[in-house]
Amino acid sequence: MDDSISIKTENLGRIYKKERGVLEALKNININVNRGEIFGLLGPNGAGKTTLIKILTTLLLPSSGKAYVLGYDVETETLKIREKINMVSGGEWAGYGILTVRENLWMFSQFYGIPTKKAKREIDKYLEIFGLEEDANTKISKLSTGMRQKMNIIRGILSNPEVLFLDEPTLGLDVQIARTVRSFIKVWMKEKEGRTILLTTHYLNEADELCNRIAIIDNGEIHALDTPQGLKKILKNKIMYSVELERESYLNLKELPYTTKFTVNPLKDGKIEVKFQIQDENKIVDIFNYLKNNGFNLVSFRKREPTLEDVFIEIVGKEFKEDE
Amino acid sequence: MNKEYIIRNLKAILGRAYPRVIAANREYSWIIADIILPLLSVIAYGTLYKFLGASKDFLGFAVLGGAMSAFWLNVLWDMASQLYWEKMSGNLQLYILSPISLVSILLGMSIGGMLATSLRAAATLIVGTLIFKLDFSLINITQLLLVFFLTLAALYGLGMMLASLYLIWGREAWHLSEFFQEPVYLVSGMYFPVKFLGKVGFFSSLIPLTVGLDGLRQLLFKEGATFGFLSVNIEILILIILTVIYALLAIYYLKKMEYLARKEGKLTIRWE
Repeated sequence: MDDSISIKTENLGRIYKKERGVLEALKNININVNRGEIFGLLGPNGAGKTTLIKILTTLLLPSSGKAYVLGYDVETETLKIREKINMVSGGEWAGYGILTVRENLWMFSQFYGIPTKKAKREIDKYLEIFGLEEDANTKISKLSTGMRQKMNIIRGILSNPEVLFLDEPTLGLDVQIARTVRSFIKVWMKEKEGRTILLTTHYLNEADELCNRIAIIDNGEIHALDTPQGLKKILKNKIMYSVELERESYLNLKELPYTTKFTVNPLKDGKIEVKFQIQDENKIVDIFNYLKNNGFNLVSFRKREPTLEDVFIEIVGKEFKEDE
Repeated sequence: MNKEYIIRNLKAILGRAYPRVIAANREYSWIIADIILPLLSVIAYGTLYKFLGASKDFLGFAVLGGAMSAFWLNVLWDMASQLYWEKMSGNLQLYILSPISLVSILLGMSIGGMLATSLRAAATLIVGTLIFKLDFSLINITQLLLVFFLTLAALYGLGMMLASLYLIWGREAWHLSEFFQEPVYLVSGMYFPVKFLGKVGFFSSLIPLTVGLDGLRQLLFKEGATFGFLSVNIEILILIILTVIYALLAIYYLKKMEYLARKEGKLTIRWE
């Protein structure tokens, strides 16, 4: 395998046997993740992201096809892979509640054979970076979700992995802590050349901000794979609008003439935001009139740049629901 | 197997033993669960033996049984059921993901469990000795140490094997610990010489506690040999065989468990 490639899959497939029939969680996945890259897997829950990560981290066997991490086969060369990778999942509650933050991190460091002196030095360094130094001697059962996730991230990087798998790392975190985690990920990548991150997320902004390339995955299939900018170029000829409306509480907008890919998001104070695409820009006035005649008052409108959400809707053909 | 891999696994054993040895003593509920409760049973048997006019050594048999019951409880609840709890907390997948053998994780649990439980067993033994003013007769210290450590090795080997089996059998399997707890007290002669159970003792010899406890009684009390089930040397041999069998089965089932975890994807997912 080419040395510049960290992760490679060839027609990778995975099925789960269910009581009635089988569930095809992954179908013919072909990806190449380059060294030094943050590669995003973007898709709703149940898309197959975690299944793919579990195969690549040697926790799950593929049903068909092949997968390689750093040139090693995930089926047969598990130890070589495990020596060079680590994984952090969102909402992870690993560790022992009775141990302190520092003790838990030390324990996990021992599974990677890190000398105690070095482990303690590294733990203190990262606790400081994440602002957890004052909680170092707190039992982890007393930590908040955000603090616990910071500890999980430290656990994942303590072994200095060449490939780090982040499975929804900011899931359920408040905005500030999620921002801290994202900032750290960027710094960590720059700290040493050749590190690779495979990130799964269903937060579109996170994928946009962090990833060099993104694969859009749904129903076990990769629908598109490109840089965030490249993906957005798919929509370069589309005219997109975002409209903010006031309405009576009983009114629901179920259709909007002359538009395609229209979505409605509730806002505060009973307002709604409507996003849509149009083919003919001259129709915008007719659209506004339609809204007015149907009880919706226009608060503001703007022509907007495409987002990854638009790309997802365009490619997959359905709305991307983050809470799916 | 290279040197680096061996060192890593030794460190993993130490790392996984740590929560058992150090942290377990941060919560003092064990004083009630592991010392006071067994002592209540010991006192009940002791009082009964006194009332029936049995020799003082019978009180010693009960105290020793009470002390050793701490190991049985530790094996059932902190070994056999442990991988299930590790799966529920998400630790199991991190263990499988680590570049170490899962045997090291279970060995770490065992060693940590043995050390922590030894302290508890010793506490029961000391308090029981003081209450009943027991007389010990040290018959053969080498055999005594051999029987004690072999009993622990076989017992924790059994615990390691059950840990994987519980996980393979499914999410309700850990309830088997509840099922095993009291009947084993009976068939292994926890509070009385197993000799009184006749042929049942041969079957219950599959539980290391049965022969271990019988051997310890023979080596610690004057009348121990009179009520001994088998000769100490045979019991040592049985313990060696049980240790080897349980250790091999533990390794086999651990590998099988990991294989199933990877093949079916169920064992590392919490809700399966």
